[in-house]
Amino acid sequence: MNKNMTVALAGNPNSGKTTLFNRLTGARQHVGNYPGVTVEKKEGSCNYQGTLLNVVDLPGAYSLTAYSLEEVVARDFLVQDRPEITIAIVDASNLERNLYLTLQFLELRIPCIIALNMVDVAESRGIHINAKRLSELLDVPVVPIVARSGKGQNELMNSTVNFSAKGQQRRPLEISYGEDLDSALAEMEPLICKAKFLAPTYPARWVALKYLEADKQIMEKGRAVDPAVADKLEKIANRVTNHIHTTMDTYPEALIADHRYGYIHAIIKQDVIKRDESNDRMYLSDKIDKILTNQLLGPIIMMLVLMGLYQFTFTYSEVPVEWCEAIFGCLENMADQILPDGLVKSLVISGIIDGVGGVLGFVPLIMFMFFGIAILEDTGYLARVAFMLDRIFRIFGLHGSSVMAYIVSGGIAGGCAVPGIMAARTLRSPQERLATILTAPFMNCGAKLPVMALLIAAFFAKNEALIMFILTLLAWAVALLTARLLRSTIIAGESTPFVMELPPYRLPTLRGLLIHTWERTWQYIKKAGTVILGISILVWAMMTFPGLPSETVTQYEMQRNSARDEQPEASRELNTAAENYEPSETALELAKTLTKIDRKEAETALQYSIAGKVGTALEKVSRLAGFDWRTNIALVGGFAAKEVIVSTLGTAYSMGDVDPEETGGLAEVLAKSPQWSPLIALSLIVFVMFYAPCFVVVVCIAREAGSWKWAAFSMGFNTLLAFGMSVAVYQIGRLFI
Amino acid sequence: MKKQQCLRQMKEKQKGIIKTVNAKGELGRRLRDMGLVSGREVMVVGRAPLKDPVALRLKDFTLTLRNNEADYITVETEGE
Repeated sequence: MNKNMTVALAGNPNSGKTTLFNRLTGARQHVGNYPGVTVEKKEGSCNYQGTLLNVVDLPGAYSLTAYSLEEVVARDFLVQDRPEITIAIVDASNLERNLYLTLQFLELRIPCIIALNMVDVAESRGIHINAKRLSELLDVPVVPIVARSGKGQNELMNSTVNFSAKGQQRRPLEISYGEDLDSALAEMEPLICKAKFLAPTYPARWVALKYLEADKQIMEKGRAVDPAVADKLEKIANRVTNHIHTTMDTYPEALIADHRYGYIHAIIKQDVIKRDESNDRMYLSDKIDKILTNQLLGPIIMMLVLMGLYQFTFTYSEVPVEWCEAIFGCLENMADQILPDGLVKSLVISGIIDGVGGVLGFVPLIMFMFFGIAILEDTGYLARVAFMLDRIFRIFGLHGSSVMAYIVSGGIAGGCAVPGIMAARTLRSPQERLATILTAPFMNCGAKLPVMALLIAAFFAKNEALIMFILTLLAWAVALLTARLLRSTIIAGESTPFVMELPPYRLPTLRGLLIHTWERTWQYIKKAGTVILGISILVWAMMTFPGLPSETVTQYEMQRNSARDEQPEASRELNTAAENYEPSETALELAKTLTKIDRKEAETALQYSIAGKVGTALEKVSRLAGFDWRTNIALVGGFAAKEVIVSTLGTAYSMGDVDPEETGGLAEVLAKSPQWSPLIALSLIVFVMFYAPCFVVVVCIAREAGSWKWAAFSMGFNTLLAFGMSVAVYQIGRLFI
Repeated sequence: MKKQQCLRQMKEKQKGIIKTVNAKGELGRRLRDMGLVSGREVMVVGRAPLKDPVALRLKDFTLTLRNNEADYITVETEGE
C-alpha cells in the first residue's frame, strides 16, 4: 500500500490552481524557493484515507516551451522530481487553450489526471463538457470539480490515490505533426533511443520535438551529455527548419503549435463540448469591462479605486495600529518599572522594544494594504490596470505589469519593496524586469511612512494629506524617469510582448484573500522580527559605546555640584520635593540649570559614541543638504531598515533630552529644536524617499536581478541621486527663506 | 465580401479569422501558447483608453496585445 505520494498541481494561470491547493492543504503549507532560482515553491500536505499526499503547487504556465522562468521550473520539476502523479487543472470554461498545456504533459509521458475545474462557470456560460468522453479520448482520468466550493474534491482525491495502481499503462500520446515533421521525428527517434540520449529523464520523441522547436535548454543539455548525437540531431532539425521555411514560409515551432491545437480541436469535436445556442452572447466580464476600461470612465474609476484602496488602508488600520502602539507602550512601562536602571534597561527599552515595536506597530497597516491588493488581484482588476497603463509605462521603457511591482512597493504609499520586487517576476523581459526592480524601491514603502509622518506632523501638520499625496506623485515621477534613464542607457533593449490574459472578473473567496494577505504580512513580520531586532540592538550599541571617559563624567558631576552649591537652599528643596509641591523661583532656576547640564552630558556621550563619530565625520558633507550629525546617525541606521530612522532619531533625542516636561512626541521635540526647520525636514524627506534601499531589499535585488552588481549599483546610484536632490531642495530653498 | 487586413486595423466589435502569424522567436511563441494561431476566430473587444493595447476575444477568453504586436497578425474579415 502506497502511504506516501507526491502530487504536483499544474495548470494555466487563473485556472483555479491556487484555490484548489489551498483547499487541499489548508493551513498545512509552506513557501520556499526552487533551488537556484527565485520562483516560489509552495508545498503542503494532506491526508486522504491513510495516504499522506505531499502536494506541490507548480507555478502557473501556459505551455512547457520554456518561455518564462516559471515554465522552466514547472518542466524541470515534472521531469526531475517525477511526482507520482500530476493533477492538470483545466478551466472548463476555457477548455481548448487549457488543454494545450495538458497535451504537453501527456507528450512528456508524466502520469497525470485532469481536474476539470469551474464546471459551474462553464455551465453558466452554456458550455457543457462530457468529462467521460474527454477521458476516453485522451485516455486519462477526468474529474469535474469546483475548486471554490470543494465540489468533486473527494472524487479527485479518490482518483489520485487509486491512480498509481492501474494508471501507468496508458498508451503514450503521439500527435502527428504533418509529413515533414513526422519524417524528421522518425529519423531522430531511433538515434536518440540508440544512444540513450538524455534518457531516462526525457522520452525520445519529446527530445526530438524539442530539437525541432529549437528549445535552448534541452539543446544545451544534449550538447553537454553527448555532442556527437547532439550534432546529428541539430543537423536534422536545421535541415527541416530550412525546408519548412522555404516551402511554407513558417517555422517548425509554429507548425507544432498548429498541430497541437488541431489535435485538441479534433478531440473536442467528438461530442466533448456542447454549447448552447446563445454562443454569441456577451459575458458578464465584457459588460463590466465596457465600463471599467472605458476610455473616459476607465481612468477615472481606476484613480478612484486606487485612492479608495489608500483610504481603506489608512482609515481602517488606524485603530489596530493604535492598539499595537498601546501594547508596546505598556511593555515599555513594565520594563521601566521592573528593571533596575542601567545598561540592561536601556537595551531592553531603547534597543528592543522601541526598535521592534516601531516595526510591529505597523503590521495592521501592512495587512490592510495587502488585503486591498489581494482583492484587486483576485477579482482580476489588477490585470485591467496593467492593460490601461501599459501605453504610459512603455514610454518609460517599462511594461503594464510593472504597475503591480510599483503599487506593492508603495506606489500607493504603504507597501513594501520586498514583495514588490518579487512581484516583478511576472515580467518576462529581463530588461524591463531589471528596470522595474531597480526603481520600485523609490516608492513610499510602509517603512518610510513613519519617517514622513513624523516630519510632516512636526513641520507641516496643517496639510498632512496634501503633502502625502504630493510625495506619492513625486515618488512615481522619480521612479518612472529613472526607469527611462536606465532603459536608454545601461539596460537598453527591446520591450517584451504584452500578450497577457485578461482573466474574467471573479468574486474572490474570503479564504483566498486571507491566505494571500497572511503570506505577505508574514514575510514582513519575519523581516521585522529577525533583521530589525538585530539592527536595533546594533544601533543601540553603536549609540551607547564607548561610554564617556571617566574624567568627562566627573567634570559634569562637578558642574552639577557647583550649581547646587551656589543655591544650597534650592538644592535641598529639590531633593525633598513632594509631588504636588510648588517649587520656589530659585528652585526652578536650579532645576533648569541642572537639566541643561544633563542634556549636554548626554549629547556629548552620544557624540562620543561610535555612531556619533560616524555621524560627525559625515556632517561636513551632509551639511550641504542641511543634515546634522544626529540625522546622519539615523540615516546610517536607516540603511538597515527605513523604520529605524524614527527609532534612532527617537533614541537620539530621548537620550539627549531628559527634561520631564518634554516627554511629548518626538515630533514635538523636533518642531521645537532650533536645529530643525521645515526646509531641512523637506530635504530629509526627499533623501529618505530615494536613498539606498534598506538592506533586506538590497539582498532581494541581488537575488532577483541575479547579481550583487545590481544590488551595489542600487545602493550607490540611489544614494547619490537622493543626495543630489536633497542638496538641491535645501540650497534652492535657502535662497527663498 | 471577404478581405485580408492587419489585426491593427480592425475596428471595435469586428470579427475576423486569423490567417497568418508572422512573429518569430519569443513573441511568436507567446502568441501561439496563448492560442493565436491561424484559423482562430478573434473579435476586438476594445482598446485601452490610450488606444493601445487592444483587447481581443478568442473563443473562451480575452487577451491583450499591443498594436505593434498586432502588426504581425493578418486576419480575414467580412468587408463592409
